[in-house]
Amino acid sequence: MATTQSRTLAKFMLMPSVLLLLGWMIVPLCMTLYFSFLDYNLLIPGEHEFIGFLNYEFFITDPAFTESFFNTLLLVGGVLTITICGGIGLAILLDQAIWGRNYVRIMVLAPFFVMPTVSALVWKNMLMNPVNGLFAHFSSWLGMNPIDFFAQVPLLSIIIIVSWQWLPFAALILLTAIQSLDREQLEAADLDGAGPFSKFFYIVLPHLSRAVTAVILIETIFLLSIFAEILVTTSGGPGYASTNITYLIYTQSLLQFDVGGGSAGGIVAVIIANIVAIFLMRLIGKNLEG
Amino acid sequence: MGSITLKQVTKSFGDVNVIKPLDLDIKDGEFIVFVGPSGCGKSTLLRMIAGLEDTTSGNIEIDGQDATDTPPAKRGLAMVFQSYALYPHMTVRNNIAFPLKRAKVAPAEIEQKIASAAKILNLGDYLDRKPGQLSGGQRQRVAIGRAIVRQPSAFLFDEPLSNLDASLRVNMRLEISELHKSLATTMIYVTHDQVEAMTMADRIAVFNAGVIEQVGTPLELYQNPVNRFVAGFIGSPKMNFIDIPTANDGAHSIGVRPEHIKISNDEGMWAGNVGVVEHLGSETFLHVHVEKIGTLTVKSDGDCPFTYGDKVFLSAAQNKILRFDKTGLTLPSLTEI
Ligand SMILES: Nc1ncnc2c1ncn2[C@@H]1O[C@H](COP(=O)(O)OP(=O)(O)OP(=O)(O)O)[C@@H](O)[C@H]1O
Ligand SMILES: [Mg+2]
Repeated sequence: MATTQSRTLAKFMLMPSVLLLLGWMIVPLCMTLYFSFLDYNLLIPGEHEFIGFLNYEFFITDPAFTESFFNTLLLVGGVLTITICGGIGLAILLDQAIWGRNYVRIMVLAPFFVMPTVSALVWKNMLMNPVNGLFAHFSSWLGMNPIDFFAQVPLLSIIIIVSWQWLPFAALILLTAIQSLDREQLEAADLDGAGPFSKFFYIVLPHLSRAVTAVILIETIFLLSIFAEILVTTSGGPGYASTNITYLIYTQSLLQFDVGGGSAGGIVAVIIANIVAIFLMRLIGKNLEG
Repeated sequence: MGSITLKQVTKSFGDVNVIKPLDLDIKDGEFIVFVGPSGCGKSTLLRMIAGLEDTTSGNIEIDGQDATDTPPAKRGLAMVFQSYALYPHMTVRNNIAFPLKRAKVAPAEIEQKIASAAKILNLGDYLDRKPGQLSGGQRQRVAIGRAIVRQPSAFLFDEPLSNLDASLRVNMRLEISELHKSLATTMIYVTHDQVEAMTMADRIAVFNAGVIEQVGTPLELYQNPVNRFVAGFIGSPKMNFIDIPTANDGAHSIGVRPEHIKISNDEGMWAGNVGVVEHLGSETFLHVHVEKIGTLTVKSDGDCPFTYGDKVFLSAAQNKILRFDKTGLTLPSLTEI
């Protein structure tokens, strides 16, 4: 695959699918962009006037925007922190030669296969419910007042639910990375007098840096657009306490039937996602090289 | 400092007995080479000495102190792995400094030790590179550098040169030998390579299926192997074995080395036809098919005139012939009787 000829051929063969994907992406994007400049509300029939950046202005100056912007960052950052730290710990545990290791590995992966809506419902009704939930039972058993998770700490509750879903993914990727670590390096470190902590910080962690980078990039893409968990549990409330950008756009365009405003929000979300992506690539992208 | 004694050491993986009870005395400053066929337990024994593998039974003593259950770092030994086992994300400098930093050596002293190791091993130009940017030979040198800065009481090498190409191997062989002479530290060296074993060793231990068949200087093993296995294992090309089940003096087979067979075109003990001829320039190996005996390897001069299909006669130097009994043990040679 290295000659000029084969590379040119490869380009031509790839062309149709690339064009198809490009169209698939570009058409909705252009339409959103177009709508975002119109005064277009489904409840108000008539001409859709061109109103310039007014939709954007409304969207961005809305106090809910700032709040949901920081909620989004908190949500992504919190879940990333929990899944990476937990994932490394879990990966190291799963790497130990324990009895029934293969079954444990499959079990650990299970939450990833549960649909977001279902897992959010399970957490909402079975675990975090202030009356019937397991946590409520547990805290009254301890003699404490049960916490009403979705009323008192709505964003944290959602972070916990989403982390639970993504932990297996991180753990699995990090586990394969740990398994690819050359055992002789650890043995050499043993001989060099490195204790468990030295070995972890000087050998294991640097070895994992690439996998951690991959996990961060992949998870960020998905976490920026968390939606189902919020819809099912808190519906963004109380107030806007657990609304992220994605959910805000939903309330704008679908609950208020404001196509123009929702489109402007969508474009803003695209821009934010790109800023985050550029920022991340600058920060940690070099880990993926070479 | 640097003597290692193995007393009735054994190792089992589950039911599989990899090292049978084994005794070995390694003297201070000695260069001892472990050779043996693949899977005979050389690496396992080396790793047991290093402390990377538990000892199932028996004792390992280092400098007269029982070290059977001492953790690897406390044994004062350094190991050079076949895969080099360098830390890929650290520079050469940090790789070498790693054991010193773990031992909390003062930074100034670390600098000075790195500098002296770099000088001995010619690492100066690439101290700030990462292992991935080095050639195999350079990596090997770094691995040795990381070992010598700790000033261990013994070095353990597990096939350190097997990933290098032939000419580099010759160079590194010399460098390691020279290092041994200048440091005068005990070295245990595992290899598959005949030439490495013969040229580097003070003593060679020949392993077979978890037991040591013979320990001795290279020449002892070459001239007086205790049994057929050692005779066949030491020397290249391999010794020729001829079965003589009809002999009446207890000998079951005889062995004669290729270099002790004379080839001529008119007279000799055995008549045969020349098969493959391998010209190496300085010498020639001929594979001669002899009726009823089989194929014998003969080593001859570089300008040997014989070619495929020639009819030749072979004769063995009588005083170099080894005789083995039914169990493969060497019998006293005829001249000694
Ligand atoms: N961790 C292990 N579990 C089970 N068996 C093992 C283990 N390590 C080694 N063995 C077995 O022990 C025997 C000796 O292995 P060892 O690595 O010591 O051989 P070796 O002499 O170094 O061979 P080579 O020259 O090919 O490196 C082999 O039969 C191997 O299969
Ligand atoms: Mg080995």
